[in-house]
Amino acid sequence: MSSATDAPAAATRYIDALVGGMADALEEDDSVVLIGIDVGEGGGIFTATKGLHERFGGERVLDTPISEMAFVGAAVGAAMTGLRPIVEIMFMDFVGVCMDPILNQAAKLRYMTAGALEIPVVFRTQTGAGKSAGAQHSQSLEAWFAHVPGLKVVMPATVTDAHDLLLASVRDPNPVVFIENRRLYGTRGELGVDPLPLGRARVARAGEDVTVVTWGQSLRECLAAADEGPASLEIVDLRSLVPLDMDTVLESVRRTGRLLIVHEAVQDFGAGAEIAARVGEQLFDELRTPVRRLGTPAVPMPFSPELERALLPAAKQIAAAAHSLLREG
Amino acid sequence: MTTRSTVPEGHIDEGLPARELFATMALIRAFETSVAELYRAGEIPGFVHTSLGQEAVAAGVCAALREDDYMATTHRGHGHCLAKGVDVSGMMAELFARAEGVCGGKGGSMHVADPARGVLGANAIVGASLPLAVGAGLSSKLRAQGRVAVAFFGEGAVNQGAFHESVNLAAIWNLPVLLVCENNIYAEFSDSRRMTRVPSVVERSAGHGVGGRVVHGNDVEAVYAATRESVERCRAGGGPLLIEAETYRWHGHYEGDAQPYKPEEESAAWRDRDPLAVHGRRLVERGDATAEELEAVEAKQRDRVDAAIERARSLPTPEPEEAFAHVFGD
Repeated sequence: MSSATDAPAAATRYIDALVGGMADALEEDDSVVLIGIDVGEGGGIFTATKGLHERFGGERVLDTPISEMAFVGAAVGAAMTGLRPIVEIMFMDFVGVCMDPILNQAAKLRYMTAGALEIPVVFRTQTGAGKSAGAQHSQSLEAWFAHVPGLKVVMPATVTDAHDLLLASVRDPNPVVFIENRRLYGTRGELGVDPLPLGRARVARAGEDVTVVTWGQSLRECLAAADEGPASLEIVDLRSLVPLDMDTVLESVRRTGRLLIVHEAVQDFGAGAEIAARVGEQLFDELRTPVRRLGTPAVPMPFSPELERALLPAAKQIAAAAHSLLREG
Repeated sequence: MTTRSTVPEGHIDEGLPARELFATMALIRAFETSVAELYRAGEIPGFVHTSLGQEAVAAGVCAALREDDYMATTHRGHGHCLAKGVDVSGMMAELFARAEGVCGGKGGSMHVADPARGVLGANAIVGASLPLAVGAGLSSKLRAQGRVAVAFFGEGAVNQGAFHESVNLAAIWNLPVLLVCENNIYAEFSDSRRMTRVPSVVERSAGHGVGGRVVHGNDVEAVYAATRESVERCRAGGGPLLIEAETYRWHGHYEGDAQPYKPEEESAAWRDRDPLAVHGRRLVERGDATAEELEAVEAKQRDRVDAAIERARSLPTPEPEEAFAHVFGD
């Protein structure tokens, strides 16, 4: 983990933590390869693979045609036969043209072969509304993947998780959908030295009144909401939807008696509903108020910045929702 | 770029495993015949797609492969798996959904796999074998293993994007991938010649810069010879190649399909080109075997399949908790 230990004390950008995570993975294991559109000499359209082609060569960092069905499927085939590919799907919206290798191959082949096949592949992708990218470049589709048994779903919200969870995903023997948020790429933070394992949620901020469960980019909005008051928010960053660390969530809700779930993805049928249901099933008698969700309303993401702002859950709405829970009971 | 390949009359290739090819086809024939009967009798659950009539492609291709070569196949994959060396008894147990099936009863007819023999699996998604084989070819090339990856697919898959994208990727990466199209004319219920303006599969791969040849898919020696030459070129770093094997499925798309869409004279003509009969006659004419010897081979393979069926019937079904195993690895 050279990039973690060699990192200067100055804050690291999220995007560079990703580069470092991939560099560490390529360094520690010869079977790791990067596959994707412009990940090679171009360094990735967001510079997430910058310098890796020069450092590790064209056999480890492979440029592809714009042909996701072939190269995502080939990454799965390569994972079945001894490589550990990190394959980049440039925008999460593009999974629509290459779902079969993820949905029907990677997720199921270990199971269907009773464990004879192992599929250690990382599907790296990014999402992020709020930058006028339009309805086909803004979707957070993590619930799709969390709904398919056999896939891990990881959403790093912090700089250190961008590095640590990426490395953990590559080391994982299972297919992992690794979802970044491009609004986080320029954010800065410290790289940790003692990574929290994949599958563990993190209490990003301790509080007493309302438990706020979130992941990905929404973490920043929730932290900003906590600063607005007046409710004291305990913010849980899930870090991964699969595995889902309900122990940390339940422990927090037992103390606060109130739960607000915040995500950038569309609220209807989103992952928040699953968490709400589980908390309802297990802590019904301990809840002081009904569980509340705050996600994007069920409309395609519009182009207009004003319309986007009208839809995306922001700190102000999160603070208001938390406050209303506090007033309710 | 495109050539038509047949084995000249009386041609005896040195080292040609002529009798083994017959034995493999006889095994597939016995297996598929029994499976169709067992399915009708309700002993095998799920869906079953048999390859009766297409035995020469499976036997001819797989005989030209190394044990460690990779192979990915289709929903009609029993023959390919048997020819690549998957245990007959384990496969039959799998079709019976038994705990000792090659996939623990969790895969079934459409998902037989055996990585130890390079078999990456039958696959229930049309065209899915292609990108997976490209990935296996990439593994082999990057790790300098000299293993060839074979993708079996039908001509129905050639209208899928997965075919065109995979052929292109294998071509630009110059991968050791052999694409074997079993052109059995029908894509499910539909005549494939009506589904494209370019029914020739080799022409379509040629459009991506990948050479190919058409072989008489019911002539096992022609398939074997074409595959051996193609595999040598792939293994030597020549990049991907395609074989279009013209053949015919005797049964329907699935067991139970009455096939009203097939002209009777067409079916009859292809029955006359029964791959076992074609090859059997040749063996006898060449003096490689007597008719009695071939009958004995067929009887022996039927006995193997019968024994596999008896064993499968006697085996336990999976314990209920097995449903929860193997979703994730540690």
